[in-house]
Amino acid sequence: MFDKILIANRGEIACRVIKSARKMGIKTVAIYSDADRNALHVKMADEAVHIGPPPANQSYIVIDKVMDAIRQTGAQAVHPGYGFLSENSKFAEALEAEGVAFVGPPKGAIEAMGDKITSKKIAQEAEVSTVPGYMGLIEDADEAVKISNEIGYPVMIKASAGGGGKGMRIAWNDQEAREGFQSSKNEAANSFGDDRIFIEKFVTQPRHIEIQVLCDSHGNGIYLGERECSIQRRNQKVVEEAPSPFLDEATRKAMGEQAVALAQAVDYASAGTVEFIVDGDKNFYFLEMNTRLQVEHPVTELITGVDLVEQMIRVAAGEKLTMTQDDVKLTGWAIENRLYAEDPYRNFLPSIGRLTRYRPPAETAAGPLQVNGRWQGEAPTGETAVRNDTGVFEGGEISMYYDPMIAKLCTWAPTRDEAIEAMRIALDSFELEGIGHNLPFLSAVMDHPVFISGDMTTAFIEEQYPDGFEGVTLPEGDLQRVAAAAAAMHRVAEIRRSRVSGRMDNHERRVGSHWCVTAQSESFEVEIDADQDGSTIRFLDGSSMRVTSDWTPGDHLATLVVDGEPLVLKVGKLPGGFRIRTRGAEMAVHVRTPRQAQLASLMPEKVAPDTSKMLLCPMPGLVVKVDVEVGDEVQEGQALCTIEAMKMENILRAEKKGVVSKINAGAGDSLAVDEVIMEFE
Amino acid sequence: MKDINLELEARRETARLGGGQRRIDSQHAKGKLTARERIELLLDEDSFEEFDMFKAHRCTEFGMENDRPAGDGVVTGWGTINGRMVYVFSQDFTVFGGSLSETHAEKICKIMDMAMQNGAPVIGINDSGGARIQEGVASLAGYAEVFQRNIMASGVVPQISVIMGPCAGGAVYSPAMTDFIFMVKDTSYMFVTGPDVVKTVTNEVVTAEELGGASTHTKKSSVADGAFENDVEALSEVRRLVDFLPLNNREKPPVRPFFDEPGRIEESLGTLVPDNPNTPYDMKELIAKIADEGDFYEIQEDYAKNIITGFMRLEGQTVGVVANQPMVLAGCLDIDSSRKAARFVRFCDAFEIPILTLVDVPGFLPGTSQEYGGVIKHGAKLLFAYGEATVPKVTVITRKAYGGAYDVMASKHLRGDFNYAWPTAEIAVMGAKGAVEILHRADLGDAEKIAQHTADYEDRFANPFVAAEKGFIDEVIQPRSTRRRVSRAFASLRNKKLTNPWKKHDNIPL
Repeated sequence: MFDKILIANRGEIACRVIKSARKMGIKTVAIYSDADRNALHVKMADEAVHIGPPPANQSYIVIDKVMDAIRQTGAQAVHPGYGFLSENSKFAEALEAEGVAFVGPPKGAIEAMGDKITSKKIAQEAEVSTVPGYMGLIEDADEAVKISNEIGYPVMIKASAGGGGKGMRIAWNDQEAREGFQSSKNEAANSFGDDRIFIEKFVTQPRHIEIQVLCDSHGNGIYLGERECSIQRRNQKVVEEAPSPFLDEATRKAMGEQAVALAQAVDYASAGTVEFIVDGDKNFYFLEMNTRLQVEHPVTELITGVDLVEQMIRVAAGEKLTMTQDDVKLTGWAIENRLYAEDPYRNFLPSIGRLTRYRPPAETAAGPLQVNGRWQGEAPTGETAVRNDTGVFEGGEISMYYDPMIAKLCTWAPTRDEAIEAMRIALDSFELEGIGHNLPFLSAVMDHPVFISGDMTTAFIEEQYPDGFEGVTLPEGDLQRVAAAAAAMHRVAEIRRSRVSGRMDNHERRVGSHWCVTAQSESFEVEIDADQDGSTIRFLDGSSMRVTSDWTPGDHLATLVVDGEPLVLKVGKLPGGFRIRTRGAEMAVHVRTPRQAQLASLMPEKVAPDTSKMLLCPMPGLVVKVDVEVGDEVQEGQALCTIEAMKMENILRAEKKGVVSKINAGAGDSLAVDEVIMEFE
Repeated sequence: MKDINLELEARRETARLGGGQRRIDSQHAKGKLTARERIELLLDEDSFEEFDMFKAHRCTEFGMENDRPAGDGVVTGWGTINGRMVYVFSQDFTVFGGSLSETHAEKICKIMDMAMQNGAPVIGINDSGGARIQEGVASLAGYAEVFQRNIMASGVVPQISVIMGPCAGGAVYSPAMTDFIFMVKDTSYMFVTGPDVVKTVTNEVVTAEELGGASTHTKKSSVADGAFENDVEALSEVRRLVDFLPLNNREKPPVRPFFDEPGRIEESLGTLVPDNPNTPYDMKELIAKIADEGDFYEIQEDYAKNIITGFMRLEGQTVGVVANQPMVLAGCLDIDSSRKAARFVRFCDAFEIPILTLVDVPGFLPGTSQEYGGVIKHGAKLLFAYGEATVPKVTVITRKAYGGAYDVMASKHLRGDFNYAWPTAEIAVMGAKGAVEILHRADLGDAEKIAQHTADYEDRFANPFVAAEKGFIDEVIQPRSTRRRVSRAFASLRNKKLTNPWKKHDNIPL
C-alpha cells in the first residue's frame, strides 16, 4: 500500500479523499491555488503545495505543476477526484512515465470512453444496449435527413465532442433535422473545434440512471447498484438517489451486468460509472461512461457500505477486490442534495462571497454504514443517517473561480419516504448565510408530489418550474404548526423581556396566554397552556397542538417537536416579529396580543414599489461609473452603470427601452443588493 | 353618589373618544392609529395611568369657549414597558388637529416634571398640526415651556420622540432636543417651514415627503434616528429600545437574562479581515458575533454609513457600540460620521452605558468639501466626546488605525480602559505608501527602491506591536475570542469610578 498520495483536486472531493486515505493510514498531500490558501482541504492534508494563481487553467489543470508537486513531496500515487485532470489521459500518461500510480483506470480505458462515438462502438461490441442511431460520420444535411428517417423521429443530433448541451438538437421532422444538423455542426466547430456530428433516437420520458462499477486489475468486476440522477437543471445534477425508485430487480441486474461487461471490454480497473438513459417502458440505453469517481458517489456508499475511494486506492495499489457480486447488498435508501451557491430567486445566478454562517446538521451514521463499519463517521445514533461532504467552513469564501457547489448533503433511511423526510429536516437544519444558495429550492423539491411519487424524468425542473423558482407557500397544515411554534417561542421571548432589571416591584408585566399569530396572510388565534415540559397551543376551532423545544430567545435554529413530529425553523428577527424559514418557505411571522392584532389590522398593506421601472443593484458592490444621465433615452442592452463586486466589473444594461428619470447612485457609492440605482419614466 | 359615578363614566367615555368617531375613522383611514391606541401599543397591557383626562383649554377667542373637549388634544400619563416605568404623552390629531395650546403644553410639562423627579424616561408621540392659532402667543409660550423642560431633562432621563404625523414649525424643536427621534414612513413629516412657505420664499417646489419625510430625515438630514413601516412596528421597536436604556442617569443600564455563552468562540472571525488591506469587509458581522444573541439595535442606520452606532448586550447588559464600517468610504471619518458618533458617545456617557469601539479607520476624509464644511470642528466633536466620557471604554482595533483618526477612536490616550488589537491591526501615522512618499522623497523616481522602502515600512509598522511595545495596546487578542475578551473587560469595569474636574459645563466645539 502507498505511504503517501497526492490529491490533484480541491474542495469537497479533496476533503473526501483525504478522509479515506487517513483512515487507511496513508499520508496526504493537497495542492492549492492562491484562492485556496485557507481552504479546508489544505488544512486537512498532511502537506500542501502551492501550484499557482486562482484560475484552474493556471493551476489545478496544469499537468507540469501537479507533477512538480508530486516530485517535491514524493507522493506515490495521485487521486484526481472528479473534473480537472480526472479524465485526462495525458495526465495518466505523465504519471506512468514517472512511475507514480494513478488512482483511476488505465489510460487506454480513459481514451476509449472519452470519445462518444468510440465508446458507443465499444459498447455495441460488448452487447450493451445503445440508443438506435447512426455511428458513422455524416456528410451533409441530406444524409442527416435520410438517417433520421431510418431511425425514426424524434431524433437527437449531437456533436461527437459535445457536452453540457452544446451542439445538441432535437428534430421531430425532416425540416428540423436539416436545420438541426447545420446548426449543431456550426456550434460544434465553434465550441470544440471538432464538427463531427452523429444522430440517434431521441428517448421520450427519459430518466438518467447510472450504474456504479468497480473493477480490479485482476479481471474482477462488480456493480454496486444504480443511482437515479434525473433531477437536473441544465444538465447539472441537483438531486440524486440510490436505488432508483423506477428500476426492478431484473432491469437492475441487466443494466449492471452490461455495465460490467463494458468496463471489462476496456480493461477497466477502478471505480467507474456507466450512464444510461431509461425510457418510460424501462428500456435502457448506454449514454457514456465516466472513468472517474462521480460527484454523487456517496449515495452508493450509503446503501452498500462500500467506501469507493478506499476501493479505488486499493485497486490502484494492485490489490484484488475482496468482495464478489453476491456480497453486494443494497440496504435502505439514500438521497443526495447538492447545495449550490446559486440564488434560486434570481434564476440561479451564481453567488459568491463570505460564508458568514455555515452550520451543517450533525453527521450521523446508520444502516449499512453501521453494519459494515466501512465509512468513518460518528457513532450510530438512529435509524436515519446524515452525511455532509463539503470543502468549506464558516468564515470561508465561495470564490468565482471554481464550481459553486458548497456541499453534498446526504441522508439515509430504511425506506425512500423516510430518507426524504430525513432530508427535509436536514435541509431545514442547515444554516447557511452570507451568500445566495439553493436550500429553499432543494426543500421545495423534497416536498414536490412528483418527486415524492418517484415518477420523474430529466425534464422535472423545466416542467415543474417553467418560470423559475418563486419560493414556497406553506400549505395550511404546515403553516398552523409553524404558528403554534412561533406562539410558544414568542411567549418565551416575552417572558424573558419582562424579567429585565429596573422593574417596578409588585407591578411587573404579566405575559398573557392569548395570542394571535399572522403568517403568509393567515391569522391563527391561540391560547397557550405552558407547563415545565412544553406548551399546549389551543386553536379557536378547539383543536390543539403540543409544542416542545429547548429553544431559547436569540437561537438561530429552533428544533421543535410539534405533536410528536419534528419541526425545524430558522429564526431571525424582524421589526416586531420573527423571520422564519422552513421547508423552502420564508415568511414574516408576527405574534401579537388580540388587541395588538386588532390595531395591526388597521395598518395599510404597503404595496411594494414597482421595480419594473427601476435598475436594482444585483449584488453588493461599488459603483465604478454611471454611464447615463437623467433625461437620456436608453436602448435595450445599453450599458447603464458598472458595479464592481469581488474584484469583477459587472456592466448593468437596460432591459428595455426607456428614459432615465432619476439617478440615485454615483461613482464611489457602495450599494447593497436591491438598492435602486436609477429609475425610468 | 350614583349620579356622580354615572357622570364620571360618561365624561370618561367622551374623553376617550377624543375628537369623535368620525375623526377616529379618518385617522384610521390615513393608516394612523389614535393617540390612545398608540399608548396601548407602547405600554404593557393595562399599565397606563392617565393624568388630566378632563383638562380643557381656557381660550375664549374665535368662539373657542363653546368647544372645550376633555383632554385638549393630548393624552398624558405613565405606565410600564416590560415592567419599567416610563412617562408618555401622545398628541391626539382628532382634537383640533393635535394643535398645541397653553393647557395642552401644561399637560406635557406636568408629566415631564414628574419624570425628572421620579427618574423615568419620557416618550413623546407627536401628531400635531402645530401651534393652536386661536391661542396666539399663549401657545408659543406653551412650546417654550416644553422646550425648557426638554433641556433640563436632557442627560437626566432618556427622552424619545416618535413622530407619527405632522410636526412642523416650532413643534419640531421639542423632538429635536430629545435623545432619539423615530418616524413612520409615509405618514410623518417634520420641517421648520412647510412646502408652501418654501415655495413663496425660495421658489423651490417640493413635496412634504421630500422636504421632511422619514427618508429625508434618516438619510439626508440625520434629524431622525430611524424610520418604521407603520405605527405598530414603530411602537414595538421603541419598546425594544427602551429595554436597552437606563431609566435615568443615576441608574446602571438594565440587565436581562441571557442565553448566550459569554465565552463563545467565533472561529470565523479569523478570516473576517481580508488578506488584501484594501478589500472591504462588513463590520456588522463582527458586531453580530460579539453581541449577546447577535442582537444589535442600530441608531442612524441610514446616515453616514461609514460609521455604525447602536446598542448591544454583553452578559445581558447594555453596551453602546461605535464601529468604523470599511464597506463605506473605507470606514473613514468625515463630518457626518464624526457628528453621528459624537452624539451617540455623549448619550452613552450621559447614561452610564459602557462603550465598545471597533476600529478600522484609514483616517479623515480629505477634500475641500470636508474642509469648507468644517471637518476640523466636527471631527473634534468625536474626539471631545470620547475624551470626556467616563464610562467603561473598550476598544478593539481590527485593521487600520491611522493618524489622528487613531487618536480619536477611543484610543488609550483618551482614557480607554481596555485597548485591544487583532494581529491584523496596523497602528501607524499613515499607510505605508503615503509614509514612504514623504520619508523617501528623494527616491520617488526609483520604483524599485520605493517598493523596498514600502516593504520595510510595512514590516516595521504594519502590525500592532509598535503600539503594544509602548503600552498603547494592552493586549493583542485573537479574533475568535473577541467576545470573551470584551465581555470580561466590561465585567471587570462594572465598578469603574472616574470623575471629570468640576465645571459648569464644557464647551464642546458645537
